[in-house]
Amino acid sequence: MADNQFDVIVAGGGPGGYVCAIRCAQLGLKTAVVERENLGGICLNWGCIPTKALLRSSEIWHLVHRLNEFGFAAGDLKIDFPKIIERSRRVAGQLSDGVRILMRKNKITVIDGEAKLTGKGSLSVSKGGKSSSYGAKNIVLATGARAREFPGLEADGKLVWTYRHAMVPKELPKSLLVVGSGAIGIEFASFYRTLGAEVTVIEVLDRILPVEDEEISVFAGKAFRKQGMTIRTATTVEKLVKGAHNVTATLKAKDGKTDSITVDRVILAVGIVGNVENLGLERAGIRIEKTHVVVNRWGETGVSGMFAIGDLVGPPWLAHKAMHEGVIVAERIAGVKGVHPLDTTKIPGCTYCWPQVASIGMTEAKAKESGRKIKVGKFPFIGNGKAIALGDAEGFIKTIFDSETGEMLGAHMIGAEVTELIQGYSIAMMLEATDADLERVVFPHPTLSEMMHEAVLAADARPLHI
Amino acid sequence: MPEILMPALSPTMEEGKLAKWHVKEGDSVKPGDILAEIETDKATMEFEAVDEGKIGKLLVPEGAEGVKINSPIARLITDEDSAAKPAAKPAPAPAPSKPASAAPALPPPPPAEPRKAVKSGNGQVHPDTEHRIFASPLAKRIAQDKGIDLRRVQGSGPRGRIIKADVEAATTAPAANPAEKPASAAPAVQPPRPEPGALAPGLVPLPDATLFYKPGEYETAPNDSMRKAIARRLTAAKALAPHFYLTIECDIGALMQARARLNERSPKGEGAYKLSVNDFVVKAAAQALLKHPEVNASWTEAAILRHHHADIGIAVDLNPGLITPILFRAESKGLVEISSEAKELAERAREKKLKPQEYEGGSFSISNLGMFGIREFTAIINPPQSAILAIGAAEERVVAREGKAATAMMMNVTMSCDHRVIDGAMGARFLQTLKTFLEEPASMLL
Repeated sequence: MADNQFDVIVAGGGPGGYVCAIRCAQLGLKTAVVERENLGGICLNWGCIPTKALLRSSEIWHLVHRLNEFGFAAGDLKIDFPKIIERSRRVAGQLSDGVRILMRKNKITVIDGEAKLTGKGSLSVSKGGKSSSYGAKNIVLATGARAREFPGLEADGKLVWTYRHAMVPKELPKSLLVVGSGAIGIEFASFYRTLGAEVTVIEVLDRILPVEDEEISVFAGKAFRKQGMTIRTATTVEKLVKGAHNVTATLKAKDGKTDSITVDRVILAVGIVGNVENLGLERAGIRIEKTHVVVNRWGETGVSGMFAIGDLVGPPWLAHKAMHEGVIVAERIAGVKGVHPLDTTKIPGCTYCWPQVASIGMTEAKAKESGRKIKVGKFPFIGNGKAIALGDAEGFIKTIFDSETGEMLGAHMIGAEVTELIQGYSIAMMLEATDADLERVVFPHPTLSEMMHEAVLAADARPLHI
Repeated sequence: MPEILMPALSPTMEEGKLAKWHVKEGDSVKPGDILAEIETDKATMEFEAVDEGKIGKLLVPEGAEGVKINSPIARLITDEDSAAKPAAKPAPAPAPSKPASAAPALPPPPPAEPRKAVKSGNGQVHPDTEHRIFASPLAKRIAQDKGIDLRRVQGSGPRGRIIKADVEAATTAPAANPAEKPASAAPAVQPPRPEPGALAPGLVPLPDATLFYKPGEYETAPNDSMRKAIARRLTAAKALAPHFYLTIECDIGALMQARARLNERSPKGEGAYKLSVNDFVVKAAAQALLKHPEVNASWTEAAILRHHHADIGIAVDLNPGLITPILFRAESKGLVEISSEAKELAERAREKKLKPQEYEGGSFSISNLGMFGIREFTAIINPPQSAILAIGAAEERVVAREGKAATAMMMNVTMSCDHRVIDGAMGARFLQTLKTFLEEPASMLL
């Protein structure tokens, strides 16, 4: 095979793309990845990972204010904001380098530049005005997505930010307006509020974290307000007027009343659009709907030898979903037997605010809508010994079961470390454990995970510690 | 105190009637003692004790119907009065038992090769160890609720593990794999949850007859277990085995003459026999099956089982109801042996004294309504068999012979074939051979 000919070329080196490439290489396919910026994509460089580094700093800031409670005394505490940002960048950089090593280890060719389809099984990669051609039996599109912007609400990187700008500011803004209360908006709101900024979150729907179970939204809203955050639901931004150093936003409530608020910075977190432009998709016959590539559950675009995965093909916009799709597509290409499509009803989601939010499966409302007979269990952190010992007794875990079959339909958590707990229910749901099985599982004491057991027992009205 | 459980006396038995207790509370029993008579859908059987002890309490009254297998029917006080020893077991263990389950909407035909598995008291299916079934807990639970035998479900999970989707697919008939359409809507749509007792997609239930008639204008004859079994088994057979029918006319003049001659030779007293036309048909069918093993076969997903022997079921009218006792290895038996065995089976069938192994299985069946003057009819196949022969009346008919009208003794024979096993021409070739044997009985000797 010539140097520019491959079995598989993956366009995009984010978590979906690079994982797909690794799996292809493991299956003996000659593989290349095209990446225009940094390996690891948004997730590693501008999303999941660097925000977790930021939130770790804000968590520590929160804890040092409670030193007294744990038996310590300290003098003046100061924030070294540039250092927080620097650490976050270092973490991202370390991981991106790690991906490069993974590519080398798996003998995957990394092509720097921007990919464009030029015909069946061929694409060109351009960088700095130069372009070269490549051929592949299979092309996997994994170009990801970016923040959605509205006319009149464009980010400028100075006063009006997207997540990208919000991750690397020079200094800590004193006041902040976060537009949108999904995971991205809430994580930034939580980070900046914990570090002391005046934060206002506005949400067009009637509750924050609208994809979560309603009880979680309500609980989170109360917790955030207690921390001093201003939350305005059923509210939209009418317009943004930029001053020299601040922005005045006109907000409109559901009842039509408007008012204005002046803040240092605005973060736009109002959804995601797929990166479908300048890829030559239309000419290749690939269908696009609402900025996302249309695929079947095997990632097939309908054009032979053309696949698409990850944020590019639509929600949920989650790195772990993209990675799984990458593996599935790689195995389809290699002809692995017994490949299953991704079960989209069992994908967990995590929001790393404080308190953390994690969930999987159906919300209670969705479960009811489905017409099943359901039973719901709930258990609060205050009933858990480890939570009290940690000094994090705020939150609860909720389970939803089909009361006829015992199938776990969904689980919802809010509180300390729940993002690390949710996988227990992911395993249970994937292995199709029933309530009866979960009741028999031995959870170690004392751990936060015991609440997962209690929340299952509670669905049968038999929790032990409440 | 060990419990004595309702035995599963046949592969298809799900429940039975406790017809008669042979013991009363306080009686001492030893292994082999008759404890009770159990009436199943097809027969009444004696149930023997396995362990020694004293009957503590009879939990089910005499005459109780619909006693589920493996439910406790009595308590036994053993010597040690401990529960260490197992309680009574189905005494002679005549046939391999299979897990019972709530009646499925469309019960699959009994397996061609029943494997050992018992359902224990707690309702969990314990397959035998050599065929462990890998299934998710949820799949097991749904299968149990809906009465699906997991041994018949193809697993699609990792390494063939049976998951919820497989069990749900098994409840909605043998739906074809939906073809993958590239670039259709992205996320996989969850298949609709079938309700218990659901029919295959596109099927509507038959109307409830009680809605159409005024009470008082009819009698209600409650369905006994045999009637229910007939309804269930034949509905499944007709729905799941694709039937087609072949009819052939046979001139049995020579056969009738041979029959008369042979019957004349019957000794008086001991060894007397009276051959019927049906005995000749059984003999001819057995010989024809020997020549056409492809018809003497059973369907399984993986392979067609071609049987070594012609085990021919003979439908016996019980008025009401019917049963098909099997004349095993008919190909190795002479006409007199066939005749006497068929008579003996029919008699015991009418007395409901057949053992399950005498009517389960078989490789072929014959149903004869000729004595009622029925000229020809089509019968429903009796799975796991793949064909059944429907015999019409032997009668004198006007036939064309070399351009002239003549009379002849004629008999119509119609075979119902399961097309999964038997193709049209395959069935026709079998009937050709059968016709030769019936028209010239001596050719069976060739």
